[in-house]
Amino acid sequence: MFGKKRVAIVGAGITLFRRNLKETGKELAYHAAKMALEQAGMELRDIQSVVMGTAPDAFDGVHMKGEYLADGAGAYHKPYTRVFVGGGTGVFTPLAGWWHVASGKFDTCLVVCEEKMSSCYPHPQYAFTTIFDPILERPIGMNLIWIFALEMHRYMHKHNIKKEDIALVSVKNKRNALDNPIAQLGANITVEDVLNSEIMAWPVQRLDVSPTSDGAAAVVLVSEDVAKEVTDNPVWIDGVGWCIDSTHWTNRDLYYPDYVEYAARMAYKMAGIKNPPKEIDVAEPYDPFDYKELHHMEGLLLCRKGEAPKLTREGVTQRDGDLPVCPSGGLLGCGNPIAAAGLMKVCEIFWQLRGEAGKRQVPGDPRTGVAQAWGDLMQYGSVIVLRR
Amino acid sequence: MSVKIKHFPGEEIETKDFREGKVLFESFRPKARYAWSAGIAISRFLEELKNGRIIASTCSKCGRIMVPPRIYCEKCFKPTDGWTYVKDTGVINTFSVSYIASDASRLKEPIVVAVIELDGASPGMGIVHLLGEYGDWRQLKIGMRVQAVWKPPEERVGAITDIKYFKPVKE
Repeated sequence: MFGKKRVAIVGAGITLFRRNLKETGKELAYHAAKMALEQAGMELRDIQSVVMGTAPDAFDGVHMKGEYLADGAGAYHKPYTRVFVGGGTGVFTPLAGWWHVASGKFDTCLVVCEEKMSSCYPHPQYAFTTIFDPILERPIGMNLIWIFALEMHRYMHKHNIKKEDIALVSVKNKRNALDNPIAQLGANITVEDVLNSEIMAWPVQRLDVSPTSDGAAAVVLVSEDVAKEVTDNPVWIDGVGWCIDSTHWTNRDLYYPDYVEYAARMAYKMAGIKNPPKEIDVAEPYDPFDYKELHHMEGLLLCRKGEAPKLTREGVTQRDGDLPVCPSGGLLGCGNPIAAAGLMKVCEIFWQLRGEAGKRQVPGDPRTGVAQAWGDLMQYGSVIVLRR
Repeated sequence: MSVKIKHFPGEEIETKDFREGKVLFESFRPKARYAWSAGIAISRFLEELKNGRIIASTCSKCGRIMVPPRIYCEKCFKPTDGWTYVKDTGVINTFSVSYIASDASRLKEPIVVAVIELDGASPGMGIVHLLGEYGDWRQLKIGMRVQAVWKPPEERVGAITDIKYFKPVKE
């Protein structure tokens, strides 16, 4: 065992994901946290520590957003930390929660992720321009979609991948989202719809991209001793991994996210997983763009490099396939409130392993699942392996 | 999303609510201004751009010729120990054709942005810049050779934009 205590997830909560929600970030955090506690059969007084995940302050225009959101996350008069690793935040936050409990310092930790992107005008994308190097990159007018487009194109070029095959991911995830009551963009669309959608930054088109969203999610983490008291069906955090690459993103080959592979290997080693495609029953890789699901399936070692489009085409990644991928509907279907979207993936694996996913339930009594998020300048990977 | 949960919180504000003026707006535009240090390595790089040259730094341990240059090698975690000029030619590593500006507004004429691997730098060492004089963007290909188009010397100020863009060149 790693750490002093084995750590379980015993409850999860989530709000609707929508382009504009009336609730403030604090109110959204409160709803998700309260629901997670109720699902765990616990109250705030049972919680010894709180970890909050939320992305750039620039979205909200409220600096020190972690402090601002604290009471919504249930942190009043408690040990509290806000963590932020870009798009990787949503899966990194429960990892930070894990070490709070695994270290033996706390028996319980409430993990909350929130994002409210609708406050930023004219578009939250503009807030992202400040992630680029001010001397060498911003003067040429960088925007966020460009770097995804550059990465997607490199990936397509290296493996000779067609856009048609990549579009299948968007079709699958938006359809999966039709069965998800929180989803923003569940839809039945076709490959042609994706290929005919507006060109944003070729090869990225409108329907290759997840939307911006408001939303929150939360999970309750407890030590093994507490888990035995509060539930008969805990879901264990058996593997954690995280890794960063350099911000010199023009100096590496963008066709493959090796930092995701390093994070995955760290998590698999801890979980004793030797053959990921065989041992993982359900996966939620980060899919802010359709090609990213494929990219991350490869980084997560769920298939060989360049093989993910083929598995997708063959239906392997459908909800009833051999390796269901993003049964939640992913970010493409549910929406992308950055940190909350990553934690949504952890919630989905939790519900899938408990057999509570309803219409989205993958068949075959899944026992092991993996969730992953990704971010910063195409450089950060966070991975969590869950088991029941 | 669990079958045990029947109600998911969140009240949606719809487009019509905005149209009908039901949404209060309080606007704020940050007035923060910044003057960044270019740093030790990039200051040298920018001075050389003004001279119409591209300079890289080298690490004697891993042997990499690095551009943009840096004063330390992030892999070996030691000081870089040399400077060398690389060429203003190279190949397109990847590119994108953007119809959106940085604020997500739409452009009539696209901007083409690329990662360019420069001749003389270590393999895979690229910089990001614009492409120009390419004709129809559908003719652009990864692997194409390109060359920097510089501003005239009197217009250069020691900035990355001293290179106007890279243009395709014949082998």
